[in-house]
Amino acid sequence: MPVDQDALDAVALSRAEYDLLVEQLGREPNEVELGMFGSLWSEHCGYKNSKPLLRLFPTGGDHVLTKIGAENAGAIDIGNGLCAVMKVESHNHPSAIEPFQGAATGVGGIVRDIFAMGAYPVAILDSLRFGPPDDPQNRYLFHGVVGGVGSYGNCLGIPNVGGEVVFSSAYNGNPLVNAMCLGIAETARLQSARATGIGNVMLLVGADTGRDGIHGASGLASRTDPEARFEEMRPAVQVGNPFLEKLLMEACFELASEHGDWIVGLQDLGAAGLTSSVVECCAKGHSGAVLELANVPRREHGMTPYEVMLSESQERMLVIAKADHVGDVKALFQHWELHCEPIGTVTAGNEVVLMDGGVEVGRVPVEIATEPPQYRREGVRPAELAELNAFNLAGLPDLDPAQATATLLRMLALPNISSRRAVYRTYDHQVLNNTVVSPGGDAGVVRVMGAEKGIALATDCSGRLCYLDPYAGAAAAVAEAARNVVCTGAVPVAVTDCLNFGNPEKLDVYYQLEQCVRGIAEACSVFGTPVVSGNVSLYNESAGRSIYPTPVIGMMGILDDVSKHLVAGFGPAGSPVYLLGAGLEQPAESLAGSEYLEAIHGKVAGLPKVDLQAEHRLQQLVLRAHGEGLLASAHDCSDGGLAVTVAESAILGGRGFEGSAALHGRLDAALFGEAQGRIVVSLLPDAFRQGGGAARLEDLARELGVPVTRLGVTSEGDAFTLGPISTSVTALGEAFETAI
Amino acid sequence: MRFAIIRFPGTWSDRDCYHALHTVLEQQADILWHRETDLSGYDAVVLPGGFSYGDYLRCGAIARFSPAMEAVMEFAAKGRPVIGICNGFQVLCESGLLPGALMRNDSLQFRCEWVHLRRGGGATPWADSIPQGTVLRVPISHGAGNYYADAPTLTQLEATNRVVFRYCDAAGNPTPAANPNGSLNNIAGIINARGNVLGMMPHPERASEQLTGGADGNRIWESFIRQGLAVFS
Repeated sequence: MPVDQDALDAVALSRAEYDLLVEQLGREPNEVELGMFGSLWSEHCGYKNSKPLLRLFPTGGDHVLTKIGAENAGAIDIGNGLCAVMKVESHNHPSAIEPFQGAATGVGGIVRDIFAMGAYPVAILDSLRFGPPDDPQNRYLFHGVVGGVGSYGNCLGIPNVGGEVVFSSAYNGNPLVNAMCLGIAETARLQSARATGIGNVMLLVGADTGRDGIHGASGLASRTDPEARFEEMRPAVQVGNPFLEKLLMEACFELASEHGDWIVGLQDLGAAGLTSSVVECCAKGHSGAVLELANVPRREHGMTPYEVMLSESQERMLVIAKADHVGDVKALFQHWELHCEPIGTVTAGNEVVLMDGGVEVGRVPVEIATEPPQYRREGVRPAELAELNAFNLAGLPDLDPAQATATLLRMLALPNISSRRAVYRTYDHQVLNNTVVSPGGDAGVVRVMGAEKGIALATDCSGRLCYLDPYAGAAAAVAEAARNVVCTGAVPVAVTDCLNFGNPEKLDVYYQLEQCVRGIAEACSVFGTPVVSGNVSLYNESAGRSIYPTPVIGMMGILDDVSKHLVAGFGPAGSPVYLLGAGLEQPAESLAGSEYLEAIHGKVAGLPKVDLQAEHRLQQLVLRAHGEGLLASAHDCSDGGLAVTVAESAILGGRGFEGSAALHGRLDAALFGEAQGRIVVSLLPDAFRQGGGAARLEDLARELGVPVTRLGVTSEGDAFTLGPISTSVTALGEAFETAI
Repeated sequence: MRFAIIRFPGTWSDRDCYHALHTVLEQQADILWHRETDLSGYDAVVLPGGFSYGDYLRCGAIARFSPAMEAVMEFAAKGRPVIGICNGFQVLCESGLLPGALMRNDSLQFRCEWVHLRRGGGATPWADSIPQGTVLRVPISHGAGNYYADAPTLTQLEATNRVVFRYCDAAGNPTPAANPNGSLNNIAGIINARGNVLGMMPHPERASEQLTGGADGNRIWESFIRQGLAVFS
């Protein structure tokens, strides 16, 4: 079959890749085979641009139960015979085209990855980025995405316990929608996505297969499309049915947790649908399969084998059942009122053979399909960085003390700092009765039912910092995510990451990708938090401009006793308040990439710095102080700097604050600079414990080599003072609650 | 006490009700699939929250045709206690066991947050041990909790003391600001004429432990458990 450029464009393969494919196959692929190879060799499925870099991540550890990339999600042993299963995934391109369904099916997809492991999903987080909200198109995308995330998760009955909403013009026309899910499984009942045992049966369960989502993986997710094509591409976005997914989730969990001996594998149908799930299960099981496409239940008449194999219809799972338990498995799904049809058989050969009504229509060697070419490029540092990094921050006029109060109120009302309550109150964050720390703090905390333990979860990334210095920015994202988890009293244990970047074929974007991966790898090594799962989303650009490099870090931490968790709001009146980590006096350079610099001076500039060893010591200090019962609250000092952090703790705790520390040096840097590695804590007043908590904290800090600064004390009243700032907590709260 | 918790396709607070009743309050409880029609041996029926049948068509409109609902209707007709929470309240209204309907929230958005409820209204096993005027703190989680009934029905509900819970502020005042969804007269929960059937939008099963935010919801379950103990002992 002679292949023209249009046919290759449709499956996003280059001519060189096609030639390589023909050479490996020893023949030209037919239409359905070409569609399958195109999808499997896409960036989305095949990671052809990112795989060589991802090998840099630390991925092992005594508590890591899965090999990275080998399963639908990463599993971490949490003791008591239980494991946590987690992953984050992007649905950026579909959400740009159809925000509600794009985001909804993003949630649906990540949840399926978790229950495919045999785990019960217990928490969702959503990490979202949009262009500035004063633009109507961005508001449309924001409301659509938040609506979609809420509608799918609420219907499933999985609590949404955290995430981020960030606005920046870097995301105009290309919003980022990253969804993370955590599940809990009995370790002994973990499932694998593999097809083993000759003669075992592949069952397709859940929704019927329709024409929706064809080319989602190769088209939407693996190249850049002009916005002008969004209307015509809308059919490539799938439509979600969360009700069906709820039934599928319950049925699969019952199958895995009670009848795991009936099956050998469980796999979700996500990007590239039946193609990737069957081929990947065979790759993992070192097997092949014969599929009979006529048995695939369809939503529409007249679907071709090509459409059946590449449909991305949602809410479908592949069950590989032992031959003698097919009837049992079918009965279980029928109880849940779901379709369950045998569509294929596991074979010894290493090929997936497609039959349509008994006639062979395609034959795909598993090895070729799952080993796409890999590209390693020499990245080029973006040219504009030299000037941006060298920007003279000290040359900016300092903040006038008379303007300090007004500036804090203005900062609290910024779309990137203000309360996210308007978003998270539309998400069910309590269902399953495990939510111990709700959204609005540093990290969400869920109890592990049946154990004393809790799991803390946070997502973080400052795209601005990653833009100014991809290495430091990505390391800072890991550090902040770990800090957030530590602020609940949890020990950080593992990372899942979602790498959102522009077109990797552009060498400056490739540089960003490589440096960010190196930054993550270094930080994860220092914190002892292996990367256990993740996702790569490339080709995020709009009107020829790449998004900020945005490697979103999902961090998981463990609390041995969840009843002893920490919150972000200040403790009782009379609690001494301390800044832990880098001190009050900061150079102008600490304004690099800060919210203040962009909001007040309209600049994204400077050179961000991160000290991972200092960060690690800081986190150890908080965990040890908390372990000794010294702390009433802990709150990460990041976006908006110290003044915003102290104000948030006062608002969340409903306490006044009397600042007593003298401010020296630049006022803007002291109040709003974003020096990394800082946490604001309030100590339980001495009346609440034996002996002096403050003295003990200072001893611990000296031992660990962490600077500490006493900032002041909480009060019963409404007054709030910090340096030249003088206002009320009520006024701060009003500013904080009104923006989005 | 032995509770039957009915699970429709799409129900999700079945596990939470089981946790509150069985794990926290140490009662017997079974989760029954919606095809179950035998409720003998149960002291009370719980219709939990969730999105039965995806809330497609109209909340609760399809679940009310489930086989289990015929048995629940009979159970209620005998004067035996039934509680419908959130989606369960919507199913009770759709099935005619309670009057009125739950419309979309006036915000047109889903709302998940803690609210305050004031105990009022007449006798019901679900609230008899909660003194009049008591304020409970319990979460809501719904997109369609905006209670509506026509004027004669509403007048009759009020005249016969059938509004058991109203949204209120922390001090117990049923103000417009304390109303999270636009419900008429700040209605959060009502009973049938006999008092054995309670429907409420807030989730008492989510307020069962201090660890997860508060335990006021147990007052509702305990009211029935205590009353039942008095009857059966």
